[in-house]
Amino acid sequence: MKEYFALIFTGGKSLIVGMMITLREFFRPIVTVQYPRETLPVSPNFRGHTILIRDEEKEFKHRCISCKMCQRECPSGCIDLAGEKREGVKGMVLVKYHLDFTKCSLCGTCVEVCPTDALDFSDEYRHVGFTREEFHYDLLAKVEEKE
Amino acid sequence: MSTDTVTPLDEHRYVLNMGPQHPSTHGVLRVILEMEGEYVMNPQPVLGYGHRMHEKMAESRSWPNFLPNAARMDYLAALIYNHGYVGVIERLAGIEATPRAEYIRVITSEMNRLQSHLLWLGVLVLDLGAFTPIMYTFEDREKLIDILEDVTGSRLTYCYMRVGGVVRDIDDKFISRTREYIDWQRSRMPMYENLVTGNIIFRKRVEDIGEFTPDLARRYGLTGPCLRATGIPYDIRRAEPYSVYPEFDFDIPTETAGDCMAAYKVRFREIEQSLRILEQALDKLPDGPVMAKLPKKIKLPAGDATYTVESPRGELLYHLTADGSDVPYRMKIRVPSFSNLSVLPEICSGMLLSDLCACMGSLDLVIPEIDR
Repeated sequence: MKEYFALIFTGGKSLIVGMMITLREFFRPIVTVQYPRETLPVSPNFRGHTILIRDEEKEFKHRCISCKMCQRECPSGCIDLAGEKREGVKGMVLVKYHLDFTKCSLCGTCVEVCPTDALDFSDEYRHVGFTREEFHYDLLAKVEEKE
Repeated sequence: MSTDTVTPLDEHRYVLNMGPQHPSTHGVLRVILEMEGEYVMNPQPVLGYGHRMHEKMAESRSWPNFLPNAARMDYLAALIYNHGYVGVIERLAGIEATPRAEYIRVITSEMNRLQSHLLWLGVLVLDLGAFTPIMYTFEDREKLIDILEDVTGSRLTYCYMRVGGVVRDIDDKFISRTREYIDWQRSRMPMYENLVTGNIIFRKRVEDIGEFTPDLARRYGLTGPCLRATGIPYDIRRAEPYSVYPEFDFDIPTETAGDCMAAYKVRFREIEQSLRILEQALDKLPDGPVMAKLPKKIKLPAGDATYTVESPRGELLYHLTADGSDVPYRMKIRVPSFSNLSVLPEICSGMLLSDLCACMGSLDLVIPEIDR
């Protein structure tokens, strides 16, 4: 009988202790961010999908020399790029840079191997689409339209 | 396996299928339970729903291409898996990372361990039916992940370590935020002690549930906090020191009871030990480059190497055999959860179904790591 009441007493005590903690939590500042209506700033080091850096000094506004280092080193084989020789232009000219983001694992190997530092990570973290093709990014078009 | 479920049993026995999408199996684990009333007579785990052939992938591509895969095996300890993989390559190729890089590896690994333990604390209590603590642990965990995101660039599946060092150096902002976090986490621990450890319902649910014995641990290769709950102070960080762990002063928490409560207490005290390591590492952090000077193409010599690290769940071992080419000949990964799960049929026979959830929760299973 004594044990029974002791159990009720300890049970009631731990209930009150727990309730006190939740009550104290009730008066602390709210940490939840109401996501679609408010967003947190994205860290500058965030690694989103890769982009070609826009460089105004270059003729084609990017630094890519189509050496295909990134394509060769990519573990997932998600980069498809092509360059061509053009009259009067030194070196190769990039004509296509496709990134298949459905396969990319964001390891950053392409950014590290790039000899001209033409690639960087974007801070885009919201990717929504209905088809896979919506995640096949054309980085060359992206760098050209960015003014 | 489907024939198992239709085998006629005794009058009283029946087969209950738990998973592969049960909330308390933490992933795609399926357990076939032979029940008698509410008592589990014979639980049989079924694995392989998340099998992605990571070992085979390592054997079919050149070694740098496996780096992002290491993080995908155990999503809660991605940096520690990174550490093990770059460690085995470094040991085989005879490369040494710079001192600062080793310290950063330890700092980030311990932060990764902390966030894994915080998630475990939340979901163990969630499995037992209490919802509130997971909200508090997630608040702490969010702070940690934000700090890690700032330096590694991702939030869960990091690909931060490279052979010879790490990708990005940590800055003063990182250090001050981590110090702030350490104080914050210390101030939160008494709250968890009152809210969870002292709670009478929680105690009744985990005390004397499960029997981890040293003998069982030896037979099944049980490692990690569940092994330390049997009283054996076996931690790779001390038993087979790697990286710069010998330079830090920390304890290996052990308990002798061998039940789920002991496993809980060991993990709970490990949080404090990780904070201690973090503090010391930040104090001792040497200057210098974070990437060693290496030839552009690292050749793997023929031979084999083993590297063991302590993951939040136990002993993680990488064994790599190379035949002189760029592609590893064989890569064996020993994951802790696989051995830890294999004790389930033995210790959970004759248990109530609700106690089985407590037992699986204290094993801290990560299913993609088992299936890998």
